[in-house]
Amino acid sequence: MRFQIQAGDIEHGGSASARIKSELTRSGVDPSTARRVGIVSFEAEMNLIVYSDRGGSLTVRVEPEAVVVEIEDSGPGIEDIELAMTPGYSTAPEWATDLGFGAGMGLANMKVNADGFEIWSQPGEGTRITCRIDRAGSAAPGRKEGHETE
Amino acid sequence: MRLSRIVETLGLDTLVPIEADVEITGGCVSDLLSHVLASAAPGNLWITIQHHANVVAVAQVAGIPAILIAHGKRPNDEVLEQARSAGVTLLGATESSFELAGRLHEILVAER
Repeated sequence: MRFQIQAGDIEHGGSASARIKSELTRSGVDPSTARRVGIVSFEAEMNLIVYSDRGGSLTVRVEPEAVVVEIEDSGPGIEDIELAMTPGYSTAPEWATDLGFGAGMGLANMKVNADGFEIWSQPGEGTRITCRIDRAGSAAPGRKEGHETE
Repeated sequence: MRLSRIVETLGLDTLVPIEADVEITGGCVSDLLSHVLASAAPGNLWITIQHHANVVAVAQVAGIPAILIAHGKRPNDEVLEQARSAGVTLLGATESSFELAGRLHEILVAER
């Protein structure tokens, strides 16, 4: 599944993620895995809407033992990834915080719900994030129970 | 406790009717969407003052069957329609989140 998310399109914010979760459930992915993918996707989708210059893509790939979520945009990029990953840190504009976004938990929520988390970002170029969510019951190496962080 | 019984006991307004009368496992009170995604458990009733379209998506993703909108706030028709088609129950009340959380907690604990 691939979705193009428009920057600033707050009205449809979360609709791709809700669809991802229901499509996964329908195609036989267990509810707990589908929920984690939904949360990762929602945070990614809202980040593209609130922070990206020109929107970006949200791609979900179902593999036998995991679901992989890839997010890519072309800017503005993140100056300090470590700071952006810190729970509570946010650069959200006021209109977004008024709606309950910008709690500074987005990237942290993605990492907590993923079994694998990779982020690349370059100011002026863009951001790429890959999250791997192991499917419950799969024998994938390195699988962790629950929502523990790395 | 079943959702319908909570609605009845607390005298809540039903803005989008119950589609499946599920068991409510507990509650979550927050107006920060990421905080809800991080802390709500599936089957929780969510109390908030947020009433825009994104809350419906949050409920869908987090497995929250019903949202209770406090302080007399009312979503617009578009949000109601979105909740209806997503199967998410929307409830309303004039009381504060604090008041509603207290009363919900009381009846859920009394049932244990």
